[in-house]
Amino acid sequence: MIKINNLHKSFGNLEVLKGITDYVNKGEVVVIIGPSGSGKSTYLRCINYMEEPTSGQILVGDVDITDQNMDINLIRRKVGMVFQHFNLFPHMTVLENITLAPMKLKGLSKKEAEQVAYNLLDKVGLREKANEYPNRLSGGQKQRIAIARSLAMNPEVMLFDEPTSALDPEMVKEVLEVIKELVNEGMTMMIVTHEMGFAKEVGTRLLFMDEGKILEQGNPKEVFENPKEERTKLFLSKVL
Amino acid sequence: MQEMLAAFLGEQTVAFFRAFMEQKFYNLLIQGMLWTLGLTAIATLIGILIGIVVAIIQICQFPKRPGVLGFILKWVEKILKFIAKLYVDVIRGTPVVVQIIFMWSVMFGQSSIPRIVVGGIAFGVNSGAYMSEIIRAGIMGIDKGQMEAGRSLGLKYIDTMRYIIMPQAFRQMLPTIVSEFVVLIKETAIVSFIGGLDLMKAGNIIISRTMNASLPLIIVALCYLLMTGIFTKIMRSVEKKLNSSR
Repeated sequence: MIKINNLHKSFGNLEVLKGITDYVNKGEVVVIIGPSGSGKSTYLRCINYMEEPTSGQILVGDVDITDQNMDINLIRRKVGMVFQHFNLFPHMTVLENITLAPMKLKGLSKKEAEQVAYNLLDKVGLREKANEYPNRLSGGQKQRIAIARSLAMNPEVMLFDEPTSALDPEMVKEVLEVIKELVNEGMTMMIVTHEMGFAKEVGTRLLFMDEGKILEQGNPKEVFENPKEERTKLFLSKVL
Repeated sequence: MQEMLAAFLGEQTVAFFRAFMEQKFYNLLIQGMLWTLGLTAIATLIGILIGIVVAIIQICQFPKRPGVLGFILKWVEKILKFIAKLYVDVIRGTPVVVQIIFMWSVMFGQSSIPRIVVGGIAFGVNSGAYMSEIIRAGIMGIDKGQMEAGRSLGLKYIDTMRYIIMPQAFRQMLPTIVSEFVVLIKETAIVSFIGGLDLMKAGNIIISRTMNASLPLIIVALCYLLMTGIFTKIMRSVEKKLNSSR
Protein backbone atom coordinates (compact mmCIF):
# COMPACT_ATOMS: atom_id res chain seq x y z
CA MET A 1 0.00 0.00 0.00
CA ILE A 2 2.68 2.51 1.04
CA LYS A 3 6.33 1.97 0.34
CA ILE A 4 9.00 4.23 1.78
CA ASN A 5 12.48 3.96 0.40
CA ASN A 6 15.51 5.60 2.07
CA LEU A 7 13.59 8.73 3.02
CA HIS A 8 15.65 11.74 4.09
CA LYS A 9 14.38 15.11 5.24
CA SER A 10 16.36 18.13 6.34
CA PHE A 11 15.22 21.52 7.56
CA GLY A 12 18.14 23.75 6.63
CA ASN A 13 21.17 22.14 8.25
CA LEU A 14 19.11 20.03 10.59
CA GLU A 15 18.66 16.49 9.35
CA VAL A 16 15.39 15.24 10.83
CA LEU A 17 14.96 11.98 8.93
CA LYS A 18 18.10 9.99 8.25
CA GLY A 19 17.06 7.28 5.89
CA ILE A 20 13.76 5.52 6.56
CA THR A 21 12.78 2.43 4.66
CA ASP A 22 9.45 0.86 5.46
CA TYR A 23 6.43 -0.83 3.97
CA VAL A 24 2.83 -0.47 5.11
CA ASN A 25 0.42 -3.22 4.11
CA LYS A 26 -3.27 -2.77 3.50
CA GLY A 27 -5.18 -3.05 6.77
CA GLU A 28 -2.12 -2.52 8.90
CA VAL A 29 -2.24 -0.21 11.91
CA VAL A 30 1.23 1.19 12.37
CA VAL A 31 1.81 3.06 15.61
CA ILE A 32 4.84 5.27 15.84
CA ILE A 33 6.34 6.20 19.19
CA GLY A 34 9.56 7.85 20.26
CA PRO A 35 10.97 10.85 22.09
CA SER A 36 10.10 14.33 20.88
CA GLY A 37 12.35 15.50 18.10
CA SER A 38 12.84 11.96 16.86
CA GLY A 39 11.16 12.75 13.54
CA LYS A 40 7.86 10.87 14.05
CA SER A 41 5.62 13.69 12.90
CA THR A 42 7.91 14.67 10.05
CA TYR A 43 7.89 11.09 8.82
CA LEU A 44 4.11 11.01 8.87
CA ARG A 45 3.84 14.40 7.16
CA CYS A 46 6.13 13.29 4.35
CA ILE A 47 3.70 10.54 3.42
CA ASN A 48 1.06 12.98 2.16
CA TYR A 49 3.70 15.47 1.08
CA MET A 50 2.87 18.02 3.78
CA GLU A 51 6.65 18.05 4.03
CA GLU A 52 8.69 17.69 0.89
CA PRO A 53 11.25 14.88 1.25
CA THR A 54 14.85 15.95 0.71
CA SER A 55 15.65 12.62 -0.92
CA GLY A 56 14.25 9.13 -1.15
CA GLN A 57 11.10 7.70 -2.58
CA ILE A 58 7.52 7.26 -1.32
CA LEU A 59 5.03 5.13 -3.19
CA VAL A 60 1.36 5.42 -2.31
CA GLY A 61 -0.44 2.62 -4.09
CA ASP A 62 1.66 2.49 -7.23
CA VAL A 63 2.20 6.26 -7.52
CA ASP A 64 5.57 7.76 -6.67
CA ILE A 65 4.65 10.97 -4.87
CA THR A 66 8.22 12.27 -5.04
CA ASP A 67 7.93 12.32 -8.84
CA GLN A 68 7.69 16.00 -9.72
CA ASN A 69 5.17 15.36 -12.48
CA MET A 70 2.58 13.85 -10.22
CA ASP A 71 -0.47 15.71 -8.95
CA ILE A 72 -0.28 15.51 -5.17
CA ASN A 73 -3.87 16.68 -4.77
CA LEU A 74 -5.12 13.41 -6.24
CA ILE A 75 -3.05 11.39 -3.77
CA ARG A 76 -4.15 13.48 -0.80
CA ARG A 77 -7.79 12.61 -1.50
CA LYS A 78 -6.87 9.01 -0.77
CA VAL A 79 -4.74 9.77 2.28
CA GLY A 80 -6.64 11.37 5.14
CA MET A 81 -4.85 13.28 7.85
CA VAL A 82 -5.86 14.20 11.38
CA PHE A 83 -3.84 16.86 13.18
CA GLN A 84 -2.87 17.43 16.77
CA HIS A 85 -4.68 20.77 16.84
CA PHE A 86 -7.76 19.59 14.88
CA ASN A 87 -7.57 22.51 12.42
CA LEU A 88 -11.31 22.69 11.90
CA PHE A 89 -12.40 25.64 9.77
CA PRO A 90 -13.76 28.10 12.35
CA HIS A 91 -15.88 30.11 9.89
CA MET A 92 -17.90 27.06 8.83
CA THR A 93 -20.42 24.94 10.67
CA VAL A 94 -19.60 21.34 11.47
CA LEU A 95 -21.66 20.25 8.47
CA GLU A 96 -19.89 22.68 6.15
CA ASN A 97 -16.52 21.55 7.46
CA ILE A 98 -17.32 17.99 6.45
CA THR A 99 -19.06 18.66 3.13
CA LEU A 100 -16.59 21.19 1.68
CA ALA A 101 -14.07 18.76 0.21
CA PRO A 102 -16.54 16.16 -1.13
CA MET A 103 -18.52 18.92 -2.86
CA LYS A 104 -15.52 20.70 -4.36
CA LEU A 105 -13.47 17.64 -5.24
CA LYS A 106 -15.84 14.76 -5.82
CA GLY A 107 -18.57 16.86 -7.35
CA LEU A 108 -21.22 15.67 -4.92
CA SER A 109 -24.35 17.77 -4.68
CA LYS A 110 -25.03 19.53 -1.39
CA LYS A 111 -27.68 16.95 -0.56
CA GLU A 112 -25.45 13.97 -1.31
CA ALA A 113 -22.56 15.47 0.64
CA GLU A 114 -24.79 16.16 3.62
CA GLN A 115 -26.05 12.58 3.50
CA VAL A 116 -22.44 11.39 3.72
CA ALA A 117 -21.74 13.92 6.48
CA TYR A 118 -24.71 12.83 8.62
CA ASN A 119 -23.68 9.20 8.34
CA LEU A 120 -20.19 10.12 9.53
CA LEU A 121 -21.59 12.30 12.31
CA ASP A 122 -23.60 9.31 13.49
CA LYS A 123 -20.43 7.29 13.46
CA VAL A 124 -18.58 9.77 15.69
CA GLY A 125 -21.73 10.36 17.75
CA LEU A 126 -22.15 14.06 17.03
CA ARG A 127 -25.17 14.32 14.74
CA GLU A 128 -26.77 16.93 16.98
CA LYS A 129 -23.76 19.25 16.49
CA ALA A 130 -24.18 19.46 12.70
CA ASN A 131 -25.10 23.14 12.68
CA GLU A 132 -22.79 24.34 15.43
CA TYR A 133 -19.63 26.31 14.84
CA PRO A 134 -16.37 24.69 15.98
CA ASN A 135 -15.78 27.19 18.79
CA ARG A 136 -18.85 25.78 20.54
CA LEU A 137 -17.34 22.30 20.72
CA SER A 138 -15.03 20.71 23.27
CA GLY A 139 -11.58 19.53 22.21
CA GLY A 140 -12.68 15.92 22.03
CA GLN A 141 -15.69 16.83 19.91
CA LYS A 142 -13.52 18.93 17.59
CA GLN A 143 -11.16 16.05 17.02
CA ARG A 144 -14.03 13.65 16.30
CA ILE A 145 -15.37 16.14 13.74
CA ALA A 146 -11.88 16.43 12.24
CA ILE A 147 -11.82 12.66 11.84
CA ALA A 148 -15.26 12.72 10.21
CA ARG A 149 -14.14 15.49 7.86
CA SER A 150 -11.18 13.44 6.78
CA LEU A 151 -13.28 10.30 6.32
CA ALA A 152 -15.73 12.16 4.10
CA MET A 153 -13.26 11.88 1.24
CA ASN A 154 -13.39 8.12 1.71
CA PRO A 155 -9.61 7.72 2.07
CA GLU A 156 -7.71 4.45 1.76
CA VAL A 157 -5.21 5.41 4.43
CA MET A 158 -5.52 7.58 7.51
CA LEU A 159 -2.61 9.40 9.10
CA PHE A 160 -2.99 10.52 12.72
CA ASP A 161 -0.49 13.05 14.00
CA GLU A 162 -0.70 12.91 17.80
CA PRO A 163 -4.50 13.07 17.72
CA THR A 164 -4.93 13.22 21.50
CA SER A 165 -1.92 15.31 22.56
CA ALA A 166 -3.81 18.60 22.69
CA LEU A 167 -6.80 17.18 24.60
CA ASP A 168 -7.75 17.38 28.23
CA PRO A 169 -7.29 13.95 29.81
CA GLU A 170 -11.00 13.23 30.16
CA MET A 171 -11.53 13.69 26.42
CA VAL A 172 -8.82 11.36 25.22
CA LYS A 173 -10.99 8.29 25.51
CA GLU A 174 -13.83 9.44 23.24
CA VAL A 175 -11.34 10.15 20.45
CA LEU A 176 -9.51 6.87 20.88
CA GLU A 177 -12.85 5.04 20.76
CA VAL A 178 -13.54 6.52 17.33
CA ILE A 179 -10.10 5.51 16.10
CA LYS A 180 -10.61 2.00 17.47
CA GLU A 181 -13.80 1.72 15.49
CA LEU A 182 -11.84 2.52 12.34
CA VAL A 183 -9.35 -0.16 13.27
CA ASN A 184 -12.18 -2.67 13.54
CA GLU A 185 -13.36 -1.71 10.08
CA GLY A 186 -9.97 -2.56 8.69
CA MET A 187 -8.78 0.93 7.79
CA THR A 188 -5.09 1.21 7.01
CA MET A 189 -3.58 3.66 9.47
CA MET A 190 -0.41 5.24 10.69
CA ILE A 191 -0.65 6.80 14.12
CA VAL A 192 1.93 8.91 15.90
CA THR A 193 0.98 8.81 19.55
CA HIS A 194 2.09 9.15 23.15
CA GLU A 195 -0.74 6.93 24.39
CA MET A 196 1.24 3.76 25.11
CA GLY A 197 -1.72 1.69 26.26
CA PHE A 198 -3.60 2.59 23.11
CA ALA A 199 -0.57 1.85 20.93
CA LYS A 200 -0.30 -1.58 22.50
CA GLU A 201 -3.98 -2.28 22.10
CA VAL A 202 -4.65 -1.27 18.50
CA GLY A 203 -1.28 -1.42 16.77
CA THR A 204 -0.53 -4.31 14.48
CA ARG A 205 3.02 -3.05 14.27
CA LEU A 206 4.97 -0.63 16.41
CA LEU A 207 7.81 1.60 15.25
CA PHE A 208 10.16 3.13 17.76
CA MET A 209 11.89 6.13 16.25
CA ASP A 210 14.91 7.95 17.57
CA GLU A 211 17.10 10.59 15.95
CA GLY A 212 15.49 10.32 12.54
CA LYS A 213 15.62 6.56 12.23
CA ILE A 214 13.42 3.57 12.93
CA LEU A 215 15.41 2.06 15.75
CA GLU A 216 13.22 -0.90 16.52
CA GLN A 217 9.98 -2.35 15.26
CA GLY A 218 7.73 -5.32 15.72
CA ASN A 219 4.57 -6.53 17.37
CA PRO A 220 3.62 -3.86 19.93
CA LYS A 221 3.21 -6.26 22.83
CA GLU A 222 6.60 -7.82 22.18
CA VAL A 223 8.35 -4.50 21.85
CA PHE A 224 6.76 -3.20 25.04
CA GLU A 225 7.57 -6.32 26.99
CA ASN A 226 10.93 -7.17 25.47
CA PRO A 227 12.59 -4.15 23.91
CA LYS A 228 15.87 -5.11 22.29
CA GLU A 229 17.56 -1.75 21.96
CA GLU A 230 18.95 0.09 25.00
CA ARG A 231 17.41 3.34 23.75
CA THR A 232 13.97 1.75 23.53
CA LYS A 233 14.29 0.34 27.03
CA LEU A 234 15.28 3.73 28.40
CA PHE A 235 12.36 5.45 26.64
CA LEU A 236 9.80 2.88 27.72
CA SER A 237 11.06 2.91 31.32
CA LYS A 238 10.34 6.64 31.37
CA VAL A 239 6.88 6.61 29.83
CA LEU A 240 5.33 3.42 31.16
CA MET B 1 -35.55 89.50 12.92
CA GLN B 2 -32.91 89.76 10.23
CA GLU B 3 -31.25 92.58 12.03
CA MET B 4 -31.10 90.56 15.18
CA LEU B 5 -29.51 87.64 13.34
CA ALA B 6 -27.06 90.01 11.68
CA ALA B 7 -26.11 91.48 15.01
CA PHE B 8 -25.66 88.01 16.48
CA LEU B 9 -23.78 86.29 13.59
CA GLY B 10 -22.27 89.24 11.81
CA GLU B 11 -23.14 90.82 8.48
CA GLN B 12 -20.86 88.62 6.42
CA THR B 13 -22.22 85.39 7.78
CA VAL B 14 -25.79 86.30 7.05
CA ALA B 15 -24.82 87.45 3.55
CA PHE B 16 -23.04 84.17 2.98
CA PHE B 17 -25.98 82.00 3.96
CA ARG B 18 -28.34 84.14 1.90
CA ALA B 19 -26.13 83.58 -1.15
CA PHE B 20 -25.82 79.91 -0.19
CA MET B 21 -29.59 79.43 -0.39
CA GLU B 22 -30.28 81.77 -3.29
CA GLN B 23 -27.58 80.40 -5.56
CA LYS B 24 -28.29 76.80 -4.48
CA PHE B 25 -24.73 76.06 -3.42
CA TYR B 26 -26.02 73.01 -1.55
CA ASN B 27 -26.51 71.36 -4.93
CA LEU B 28 -22.80 71.84 -5.58
CA LEU B 29 -21.99 70.25 -2.26
CA ILE B 30 -24.26 67.26 -2.87
CA GLN B 31 -22.79 66.73 -6.34
CA GLY B 32 -19.32 67.03 -4.85
CA MET B 33 -20.10 64.46 -2.18
CA LEU B 34 -21.48 62.03 -4.78
CA TRP B 35 -18.35 62.57 -6.87
CA THR B 36 -16.14 61.92 -3.86
CA LEU B 37 -18.08 58.77 -2.94
CA GLY B 38 -18.04 57.46 -6.51
CA LEU B 39 -14.34 58.08 -6.78
CA THR B 40 -13.70 56.39 -3.46
CA ALA B 41 -15.83 53.39 -4.42
CA ILE B 42 -13.97 52.90 -7.72
CA ALA B 43 -10.64 53.34 -5.95
CA THR B 44 -11.53 50.88 -3.19
CA LEU B 45 -12.67 48.21 -5.63
CA ILE B 46 -9.52 48.53 -7.72
CA GLY B 47 -7.43 48.73 -4.56
CA ILE B 48 -8.84 45.52 -3.10
CA LEU B 49 -8.43 43.64 -6.39
CA ILE B 50 -4.83 44.77 -6.82
CA GLY B 51 -4.22 44.19 -3.12
CA ILE B 52 -5.39 40.57 -3.25
CA VAL B 53 -3.34 39.78 -6.34
CA VAL B 54 -0.18 41.47 -5.07
CA ALA B 55 -0.53 39.93 -1.60
CA ILE B 56 -0.93 36.44 -3.07
CA ILE B 57 2.04 36.93 -5.40
CA GLN B 58 4.12 37.92 -2.40
CA ILE B 59 3.00 35.01 -0.24
CA CYS B 60 2.58 32.06 -2.57
CA GLN B 61 5.12 29.49 -3.60
CA PHE B 62 4.99 28.24 -7.14
CA PRO B 63 4.84 24.47 -7.59
CA LYS B 64 8.11 22.76 -8.41
CA ARG B 65 8.25 21.04 -11.77
CA PRO B 66 11.08 19.28 -13.54
CA GLY B 67 12.83 20.41 -16.70
CA VAL B 68 12.19 23.49 -18.79
CA LEU B 69 8.74 24.12 -17.30
CA GLY B 70 10.24 24.24 -13.81
CA PHE B 71 12.91 26.65 -15.01
CA ILE B 72 10.29 28.93 -16.54
CA LEU B 73 8.06 28.75 -13.44
CA LYS B 74 10.98 29.63 -11.20
CA TRP B 75 11.76 32.73 -13.25
CA VAL B 76 8.13 33.79 -13.61
CA GLU B 77 7.84 33.58 -9.84
CA LYS B 78 11.00 35.64 -9.32
CA ILE B 79 9.95 38.30 -11.79
CA LEU B 80 6.38 38.56 -10.43
CA LYS B 81 7.66 38.84 -6.88
CA PHE B 82 10.12 41.52 -7.94
CA ILE B 83 7.41 43.52 -9.73
CA ALA B 84 5.07 43.22 -6.73
CA LYS B 85 7.73 44.46 -4.35
CA LEU B 86 8.78 47.27 -6.68
CA TYR B 87 5.14 48.36 -7.05
CA VAL B 88 4.57 48.49 -3.30
CA ASP B 89 7.83 50.33 -2.65
CA VAL B 90 7.37 52.91 -5.42
CA ILE B 91 3.75 53.67 -4.57
CA ARG B 92 4.36 53.93 -0.87
CA GLY B 93 7.51 55.94 -1.39
CA THR B 94 6.06 58.70 -3.59
CA PRO B 95 3.33 61.29 -2.91
CA VAL B 96 -0.13 60.43 -4.18
CA VAL B 97 -0.39 63.92 -5.70
CA VAL B 98 2.52 63.13 -7.97
CA GLN B 99 0.98 59.78 -8.91
CA ILE B 100 -2.40 61.22 -9.80
CA ILE B 101 -1.02 64.09 -11.91
CA PHE B 102 1.37 61.66 -13.60
CA MET B 103 -1.50 59.35 -14.46
CA TRP B 104 -3.75 62.13 -15.72
CA SER B 105 -1.26 64.07 -17.81
CA VAL B 106 1.27 61.43 -18.83
CA MET B 107 -0.43 58.04 -18.94
CA PHE B 108 -3.95 59.09 -19.93
CA GLY B 109 -2.97 62.44 -21.43
CA GLN B 110 -4.32 61.69 -24.90
CA SER B 111 -7.36 59.62 -23.98
CA SER B 112 -10.95 60.70 -23.48
CA ILE B 113 -11.50 58.65 -20.33
CA PRO B 114 -13.50 60.70 -17.80
CA ARG B 115 -11.64 62.27 -14.93
CA ILE B 116 -13.53 60.32 -12.30
CA VAL B 117 -12.34 57.04 -13.84
CA VAL B 118 -8.72 58.19 -14.17
CA GLY B 119 -8.88 59.50 -10.62
CA GLY B 120 -10.41 56.21 -9.47
CA ILE B 121 -7.66 54.25 -11.18
CA ALA B 122 -4.94 56.50 -9.74
CA PHE B 123 -6.27 56.24 -6.21
CA GLY B 124 -7.00 52.53 -6.71
CA VAL B 125 -3.43 51.86 -7.79
CA ASN B 126 -2.23 53.87 -4.83
CA SER B 127 -4.55 52.18 -2.38
CA GLY B 128 -3.67 48.73 -3.78
CA ALA B 129 -0.16 49.02 -2.37
CA TYR B 130 -1.48 49.66 1.12
CA MET B 131 -4.26 47.09 0.73
CA SER B 132 -1.75 44.43 -0.31
CA GLU B 133 0.12 44.95 2.94
CA ILE B 134 -3.12 44.79 4.93
CA ILE B 135 -4.22 41.63 3.10
CA ARG B 136 -0.78 40.05 3.37
CA ALA B 137 -0.75 40.61 7.12
CA GLY B 138 -4.31 39.25 7.34
CA ILE B 139 -3.45 36.07 5.46
CA MET B 140 -0.22 35.55 7.38
CA GLY B 141 -2.20 35.92 10.59
CA ILE B 142 -4.25 32.80 9.87
CA ASP B 143 -2.91 29.70 11.60
CA LYS B 144 -0.92 27.64 9.11
CA GLY B 145 -2.79 24.56 10.25
CA GLN B 146 -5.76 25.88 8.25
CA MET B 147 -3.82 25.71 5.00
CA GLU B 148 -2.51 22.27 5.94
CA ALA B 149 -5.97 20.98 6.75
CA GLY B 150 -7.33 22.22 3.42
CA ARG B 151 -4.44 20.84 1.42
CA SER B 152 -4.52 17.51 3.26
CA LEU B 153 -8.08 17.00 2.03
CA GLY B 154 -6.81 17.36 -1.53
CA LEU B 155 -7.90 20.95 -2.17
CA LYS B 156 -5.63 22.98 -4.44
CA TYR B 157 -3.67 25.90 -3.03
CA ILE B 158 -5.90 28.43 -4.75
CA ASP B 159 -9.12 26.73 -3.56
CA THR B 160 -7.84 26.53 0.00
CA MET B 161 -7.08 30.24 -0.21
CA ARG B 162 -10.52 31.00 -1.58
CA TYR B 163 -12.72 28.88 0.66
CA ILE B 164 -10.71 28.61 3.86
CA ILE B 165 -8.02 31.25 4.27
CA MET B 166 -9.53 34.35 2.65
CA PRO B 167 -12.93 34.29 4.40
CA GLN B 168 -11.17 34.13 7.76
CA ALA B 169 -8.50 36.65 6.84
CA PHE B 170 -11.18 39.00 5.53
CA ARG B 171 -12.93 39.11 8.88
CA GLN B 172 -9.70 40.05 10.57
CA MET B 173 -8.83 42.60 7.91
CA LEU B 174 -12.22 44.27 7.79
CA PRO B 175 -11.55 47.01 10.36
CA THR B 176 -8.26 47.93 8.70
CA ILE B 177 -9.83 47.90 5.23
CA VAL B 178 -12.57 50.20 6.46
CA SER B 179 -10.08 52.63 7.91
CA GLU B 180 -8.27 52.54 4.56
CA PHE B 181 -11.63 53.38 2.92
CA VAL B 182 -12.13 56.29 5.31
CA VAL B 183 -8.61 57.52 4.57
CA LEU B 184 -9.47 57.34 0.86
CA ILE B 185 -12.63 59.44 1.29
CA LYS B 186 -10.47 62.21 2.68
CA GLU B 187 -7.45 61.70 0.44
CA THR B 188 -9.49 62.02 -2.74
CA ALA B 189 -9.78 65.74 -1.91
CA ILE B 190 -6.65 66.25 -4.01
CA VAL B 191 -8.42 65.01 -7.15
CA SER B 192 -9.08 68.68 -7.93
CA PHE B 193 -5.44 68.77 -9.05
CA ILE B 194 -6.65 67.06 -12.22
CA GLY B 195 -9.88 69.02 -12.36
CA GLY B 196 -12.10 66.58 -10.54
CA LEU B 197 -15.47 67.93 -9.41
CA ASP B 198 -15.36 66.46 -5.93
CA LEU B 199 -16.46 67.90 -2.61
CA MET B 200 -13.27 69.91 -2.14
CA LYS B 201 -13.67 71.46 -5.58
CA ALA B 202 -17.28 72.38 -4.71
CA GLY B 203 -15.92 74.14 -1.63
CA ASN B 204 -13.42 76.05 -3.70
CA ILE B 205 -16.12 77.17 -6.13
CA ILE B 206 -18.24 78.47 -3.27
CA ILE B 207 -15.25 80.28 -1.80
CA SER B 208 -14.53 82.07 -5.06
CA ARG B 209 -18.16 83.04 -5.60
CA THR B 210 -18.82 84.34 -2.08
CA MET B 211 -15.34 85.66 -1.31
CA ASN B 212 -15.73 83.96 2.04
CA ALA B 213 -13.10 81.31 2.92
CA SER B 214 -13.86 80.24 6.45
CA LEU B 215 -17.51 79.21 6.23
CA PRO B 216 -17.32 77.11 3.05
CA LEU B 217 -14.27 75.29 4.42
CA ILE B 218 -16.07 74.56 7.67
CA ILE B 219 -19.09 73.28 5.76
CA VAL B 220 -16.88 71.11 3.52
CA ALA B 221 -15.11 69.74 6.59
CA LEU B 222 -18.48 68.90 8.15
CA CYS B 223 -19.54 67.12 4.94
CA TYR B 224 -16.37 64.98 5.05
CA LEU B 225 -16.97 64.30 8.72
CA LEU B 226 -20.54 63.25 7.94
CA MET B 227 -19.42 60.77 5.28
CA THR B 228 -16.58 59.24 7.28
CA GLY B 229 -18.78 59.17 10.37
CA ILE B 230 -21.56 57.28 8.63
CA PHE B 231 -19.17 54.70 7.19
CA THR B 232 -17.36 54.18 10.45
CA LYS B 233 -20.69 53.64 12.14
CA ILE B 234 -22.04 51.22 9.53
CA MET B 235 -18.87 49.18 9.57
CA ARG B 236 -18.77 49.02 13.35
CA SER B 237 -22.20 47.45 13.40
CA VAL B 238 -21.24 45.03 10.59
CA GLU B 239 -18.17 44.07 12.60
CA LYS B 240 -20.27 43.48 15.66
CA LYS B 241 -22.59 41.24 13.67
CA LEU B 242 -19.68 39.25 12.25
CA ASN B 243 -18.20 38.75 15.68
CA SER B 244 -21.45 37.68 17.28
CA SER B 245 -22.17 35.11 14.57
CA ARG B 246 -19.37 32.90 15.80
